[in-house]
Amino acid sequence: MRRSFLKRSLLVGAVAALPLASWAQLTPYDFESRMGMESHIGKITGHAKDAKADYRRYCVSCHGELGDGNGESFPWVDPKPRDFQLGVFKCRSTPTGTLPLDEDLFDTIARGLDRSNMPQWSTFTKQERADLVAWIKHFSPRWVNEKPGTPIQIPPEPEVTAERIKAGRDVFARVQCWKCHGVEGKANGPSAATLTDDLGRPIAAFNFTEGARPKCGSTDRDLYKIFMTGLDGTPMPSFADNIKPDEAWDLVFYLKALEPQNSKEKALAKQLGLKPVDPNAPPPAAPQ
Amino acid sequence: MRLWRQSFVRHKFATPFLTAALVLTFVVLSCSQPASALPAFARKYGLRCSACHESWPMLNYFGQKFKDNGYQLMNDRDAPIWQNPSYWPVTFRILPIWHRVSTGKVAVDTASGGTTEQRITSSGFDISGLDFHTGGTLEKNFSFYVLPSSDNTASFHFETVMARLDNLFGSPWMNIKLGKFELDNLLSEKRILTLTGNGGIYQLYHFIPQGDNNIFGQMGDNQLGLELMGHSANDRTRYSAALLSSSDGQPGLIYGANSYSGFFAASQAFDVGKLGVDRIGAYAMVGLAPTTWITSGGPNSPIGGSGIGNKSYHREGFVGQFYFGQHFDLQVVTQHGWDNAWFGQGFGDFVDNPKSTCNGGTQPCNNTPGTTLPPGSQAPTWNGVLIEPHYVYSPQLIFIGRYETIRMSRQATPGTPSNLGNISTYTIGYRYNPFMTSRAGFAWHNEYNWLHQDGTSPSGNNINTSELLLGFDFDF
Repeated sequence: MRRSFLKRSLLVGAVAALPLASWAQLTPYDFESRMGMESHIGKITGHAKDAKADYRRYCVSCHGELGDGNGESFPWVDPKPRDFQLGVFKCRSTPTGTLPLDEDLFDTIARGLDRSNMPQWSTFTKQERADLVAWIKHFSPRWVNEKPGTPIQIPPEPEVTAERIKAGRDVFARVQCWKCHGVEGKANGPSAATLTDDLGRPIAAFNFTEGARPKCGSTDRDLYKIFMTGLDGTPMPSFADNIKPDEAWDLVFYLKALEPQNSKEKALAKQLGLKPVDPNAPPPAAPQ
Repeated sequence: MRLWRQSFVRHKFATPFLTAALVLTFVVLSCSQPASALPAFARKYGLRCSACHESWPMLNYFGQKFKDNGYQLMNDRDAPIWQNPSYWPVTFRILPIWHRVSTGKVAVDTASGGTTEQRITSSGFDISGLDFHTGGTLEKNFSFYVLPSSDNTASFHFETVMARLDNLFGSPWMNIKLGKFELDNLLSEKRILTLTGNGGIYQLYHFIPQGDNNIFGQMGDNQLGLELMGHSANDRTRYSAALLSSSDGQPGLIYGANSYSGFFAASQAFDVGKLGVDRIGAYAMVGLAPTTWITSGGPNSPIGGSGIGNKSYHREGFVGQFYFGQHFDLQVVTQHGWDNAWFGQGFGDFVDNPKSTCNGGTQPCNNTPGTTLPPGSQAPTWNGVLIEPHYVYSPQLIFIGRYETIRMSRQATPGTPSNLGNISTYTIGYRYNPFMTSRAGFAWHNEYNWLHQDGTSPSGNNINTSELLLGFDFDF
């Protein structure tokens, strides 16, 4: 009788323990209150709760169960995975220090981040990507307390001319891009070796002469956005207060001329006999 | 009394058994760790195996894209120069198993000196063959795959040996591979999730009518050749065209003197919102294989590599990969097959079957000058379909089902029973990965397969075969 009771107790205990075992391993962190997070991409509404399985299947090895960038691959990958809990993102169309638009995260997932372990996840459906954006947002309380920044205005791209490329070189000299990116854009400026991100990890400046794609996109508009919004979390600041919109396009054209690919900008710069900036020369004055 | 005793015995053993099972389940669940990466590529990229595989080794869409890019993520960190110099892209895979195999209608000798048919059933512990997967990039857009594979007696052969050039002229639409490689089947037999003797292959990819002796037509086997393939940047649209030696992947030019086949595939994927990305496609295999052999030392001594008298064959069909959310999907393949009448009458693979006889046993199966086919001979044709549903509870647990049926639509010899050689088979199983790390993978695999074939026993009876398999599928 007693043995029978013990067996039954053990049976009941084992059944009762099953959900506990599952619970203990699945949710060590409580983001439940933000599980209702949404994203809005055009007409698509993403729901965080619908992305849980995809995140676990595709993202968790780098970004971690808690979204803190501390997944099992953290020790082996460089650059380190993004910590979503901080709510700080490089690729934005919003001013520095502000949250990105949902579209910014949506585009980043599909584009991937070149020269990192973040692949191009263009294999998701748009709905799945929108769900993942909502899931990423649910990791950080910033998305509860703040609104995304107002996207910067990008004026229409002007026609590229030799004068604009030369003016772009002056901007490059004036705001001292060369200190990190080098006078020829080879990422060998005097500050390059000392660069660290906000978490104190070494970080490399972008080398324009390698032909690599910038992390936040390779179109002219993407380049424009990068130095007008800055890459938050990195030493790349926003130059929105130092460069006028028209000058920003000049800088875009100059940077395109540094790239190895054949382009109109490169041809014009060659025709112009444009020399690299002189780091010892006094920086050109900003136009009035 | 007897009934009571049986009930008592059942109860006496049932409770502790059930308790033990639940405790074991509890322990297994408690010890579970998150699924993580497949060794060879995961070590390189730090992605879990679930990123590329619905369940290893079956590819998901992202894994297919990775493969189509030449084992590259296209993030400018694919070249080996970015890896630790000691990185060596090798994975081995092997399975210790227990299985029970039961085959009906096997011809056996009788005490009186005659023969009869009976079922043979055996069970026991066993091992699979061993695969050594090694693959990756030699440089950006230059990749390779070499797979020495053994049977379970450690007799090795090369399952895959290929080099691949990607993104020729800067375009993802131009990629070539040369060597021995898996054909561009969306539902690839080389990535099959089931492991039993009959369930571990797609019957549709190997079907040959009864009495047919075509060397080739084996869509499931890796083949020797050259493949051109291309895809859109996001891999939604893809195509491939391969020129193959009609040797069924056998090296050494042992068959035809000048026999080639082609395999063509194209597919398009569609964004269907919450359901996922569904894909439909079509394939065709068209080729020539020899029926005439030069002999030396007698009519039953064909010379390897001397096969001429090519005759044609083809297989074609549609493929569908339908996803219904994150947990359920359905893979469908159809096929229509056609072999030249010469193959249907047993001509073809004379090298491997030099003692085979054709034309009613009157001559060797060698299409030498003057040989004719029996009156009324016709090209055998057949149709088949394969349906494989998956329920993916999580990346660590998948339930697998499959049903295949192949029906002859025309027999090579008039008067032959119309259903001779028809096949029906189903397979059910599951794979549970209690853990996987970026260094190793491990699955508890349990599967049952049943296969029915019409009229193929020695006396013309139907054959039913079944197999139950349990084992550990691991790789490191």
